[in-house]
Amino acid sequence: MEFSFYLIQLLNGIQYGFLLFLVASGLTLVFGIMDVINLAHGSFYMIGAYLTFWLTGIFGSLFLGVVFAVPLAVALGFVVEKLAIAYLYKKGHLHQVLLTYALILIFDEAQRFLWGNDSHGIDIPAVLSGSIPLTDVQVYPVYRLFVSFVCIVIGLGMFYVIQKTKLGMTIRAGASNREMTQALGINIEWLFTIVFSLGVGLAAFAGMIAAPIDSLYPGMGDNILIISLVVVVIGGIGSIKGAFVGAMIIGISSIFGKTLFPDMASIVVYAMMAAILIWKPQGLFKSA
Amino acid sequence: MANMSDNNIILRCQGLSKSFGALKAVNNVDLDFESGVVHAIIGPNGAGKTTFINLLSGELQPTQGQIYFKDHDLTKAPPNKISQLGIGRSYQKTNIFPKFTCLQNCWIASQSRLKTSMKFFKSAHRDREVMERAQRALELTHLAMKPEILAANMSYGEQRQLEIAMMLATDPELMLLDEPLAGMGSEEGAEIIELMRDLAKTHTLILIEHDMDAVFAIADQLSVMENGILLETGTVQQIRNSKAVQEAYLGEEETA
Amino acid sequence: MQKISKPVQLFLLIALGFALWFPSVGDEFYVELLTNIMIIAIFAMSLDLLVGYTGLVSLGHAAFFGIGAYGLAIFFGEMNQFSIWVALPVSMILAALAAVVVGWISIRTSGIYFIMLTLALAQMFYYYFFESKRFNGDDGMFMNAKPDVNFGSIQLMDLSNEHTFYYFTLGILVAVFLFLVMILRAPFGQVITGICANEQRVRSLGYATQRYKHVSFVIAGTLAGLAGFLEAAHTGFITPSYLGWHESGNILVVVILGGLGTIYGPIIGAVALVLLEDFLPDITEHWKIVLGMIIVCVVLFLPNGISSLSGKIFRIPSRIMKTIFRTFRG
Repeated sequence: MEFSFYLIQLLNGIQYGFLLFLVASGLTLVFGIMDVINLAHGSFYMIGAYLTFWLTGIFGSLFLGVVFAVPLAVALGFVVEKLAIAYLYKKGHLHQVLLTYALILIFDEAQRFLWGNDSHGIDIPAVLSGSIPLTDVQVYPVYRLFVSFVCIVIGLGMFYVIQKTKLGMTIRAGASNREMTQALGINIEWLFTIVFSLGVGLAAFAGMIAAPIDSLYPGMGDNILIISLVVVVIGGIGSIKGAFVGAMIIGISSIFGKTLFPDMASIVVYAMMAAILIWKPQGLFKSA
Repeated sequence: MANMSDNNIILRCQGLSKSFGALKAVNNVDLDFESGVVHAIIGPNGAGKTTFINLLSGELQPTQGQIYFKDHDLTKAPPNKISQLGIGRSYQKTNIFPKFTCLQNCWIASQSRLKTSMKFFKSAHRDREVMERAQRALELTHLAMKPEILAANMSYGEQRQLEIAMMLATDPELMLLDEPLAGMGSEEGAEIIELMRDLAKTHTLILIEHDMDAVFAIADQLSVMENGILLETGTVQQIRNSKAVQEAYLGEEETA
Repeated sequence: MQKISKPVQLFLLIALGFALWFPSVGDEFYVELLTNIMIIAIFAMSLDLLVGYTGLVSLGHAAFFGIGAYGLAIFFGEMNQFSIWVALPVSMILAALAAVVVGWISIRTSGIYFIMLTLALAQMFYYYFFESKRFNGDDGMFMNAKPDVNFGSIQLMDLSNEHTFYYFTLGILVAVFLFLVMILRAPFGQVITGICANEQRVRSLGYATQRYKHVSFVIAGTLAGLAGFLEAAHTGFITPSYLGWHESGNILVVVILGGLGTIYGPIIGAVALVLLEDFLPDITEHWKIVLGMIIVCVVLFLPNGISSLSGKIFRIPSRIMKTIFRTFRG
């Protein structure tokens, strides 16, 4: 196997890792700050993808599709939080699991109702559809580099917000000690709503920009959910840094696993997770 | 290793410290507890008393130092092992099972003294020894009249009594009592003080309390803590007369 | 720990009577359906031990169900004759071993970590069967024959007879029910319920709580394996979806539908869910949305499941009686 083959896999792995990071960071914040287990998080990834598919069809432009889909996704997150999730804060994890599991059923079936059982795809916009040469023989799709680039920008934006703004400080406080944050008089309800809506918004956005690369298919939310859960568990609940490291580990090993051990690809991921957790039961990083 | 069989020391702390990040909640405490004695620990709020008791009962692990109980090194021992060795604990914040009945609460405490509870076949309530121990604990705390009442439906004072009954049902040799009189009226409090006096005849008691009348009534030894540091240890008379202690703690009490 | 109240005992006896009588009048289709319900009920009761009584929310319980099923398929699927006295223990032991390992890894954690770990580990098993060519992956495996239930050379039961299988399953259901009642009344059950209520306190009372949680996990996993064995023997077709997380989610729904922390609740839940899943698709193709909304309603309005209705139902006549007496006395 040549060097360029591995380079491609590595770049793919990194790009996949970045996408996972977007999805997992929202999830880890919801877990860490709200102590709510939201299984429907993956559904928002799917919702983002399908919203984009629909709006791109209407506007004829992926860019416009995403621009309009993002606020819609965040708004949907807001609605779901107010109607269902807010009720779950005082309930135990069991009720959270069940209610969000029911939401998965509803969202999955709604997708089938609206778009049927077939796969769909979105074309990569023309301006990004070229390839960049990597070595003398290998090229690499511009769009994938673009996706990684966008994720880096968002990641840096998140870093800035969380480390340098008041909102970010509140979020960090909430992730570290929820009761104390409440006792300090911070309106915890609004904090939760914001965190949740932004979290699922991020997942939806990831689904949107990934749509031209992977196809859209029924149940796509479930797959990304489980993988993101693995990422969050490995990284440590409530830790964005952990989500990043975990996403990279899983992203890269997943892609390499699929090419090197196609029969055992998924097991490699879970076996690694089990190994990390035996070593560090609370994940690699405690909450940021 | 501490050799404590010559003296009457039942529990020894050496250089015991507990830090939470930069905060030293318990700072280098050296303290011996004599067997059969009522030893009270007093000090202002935040002095580290409850953290200290949590170290003794195993709920927290010390950052530094050692704890010895009758030749056993308890420093790294988990709470269940410490309980099995004969140290019982009651909590400042009532820590019972609200959905169980009064008897059930004592029952599960008493059952812990079986060699093992990994028993699957016979009904638990057939065990006479466990039942007697539980009922005895209820009698000592004057709760024997209400075995079937749900713990959640008991008054606060009764729940505090149940808290102590649960500890008694584990037949401990050394009792750690964290503010047993917290929130109690004077009548109920007097009953608990009488109970502690009785228990002191055959057990060792380590007591955290803010109620100074109670402390002076039953304590043989007093230790004063402030800001995680052990200020002084002595008899009630010695502590009362100690200038250092007066300034740090009792002085505030008298002006209050 | 909870004593089963007299009205519920009566209800269960009536249900048992109905179950015994049913095959003599019921359609073949419904006998098969009821067998399926009973298998799901056993699966759900095993989960209730874990979730309802020990307080451990597992999202990966289907792994043990599937391992029990695959245990049967892998070792006995190609045989034309094999003894249940060998096959059943094999399934259960495999499920038990898996539960020991998964339990050891998971029980070191709690809360959200535990839930996610159980899910992810179950997924590992799922993908193992899904991706492996050895076990036919997604195409699944078949059973050539039903297990023989013989004593020496005498056949005790012919499990290829649908009615016989029905009664066989009913017998196992009753046995599992009584087994759970027994261990919950025993010292072990006392500790488990205590752990669910206040684990820290139980630990400070002298119990090595991790061990008890682990044992509970293994018992639950083994019983799930038993249910998986029955399902595989009944349908004769085993696929990786037995271990899928939708299966785990479904069985959790069954438990909460029926009533958490009651041994009989899961039986009610199994009836409810299997009937729903069987009849809703006739009403609409997109019945999963309806099912999802039903689950949402149960979680919001009936969190203690259908069995909690019994308390409410019995309170109505007694309240009526009390008001009548009061008016007459007044």
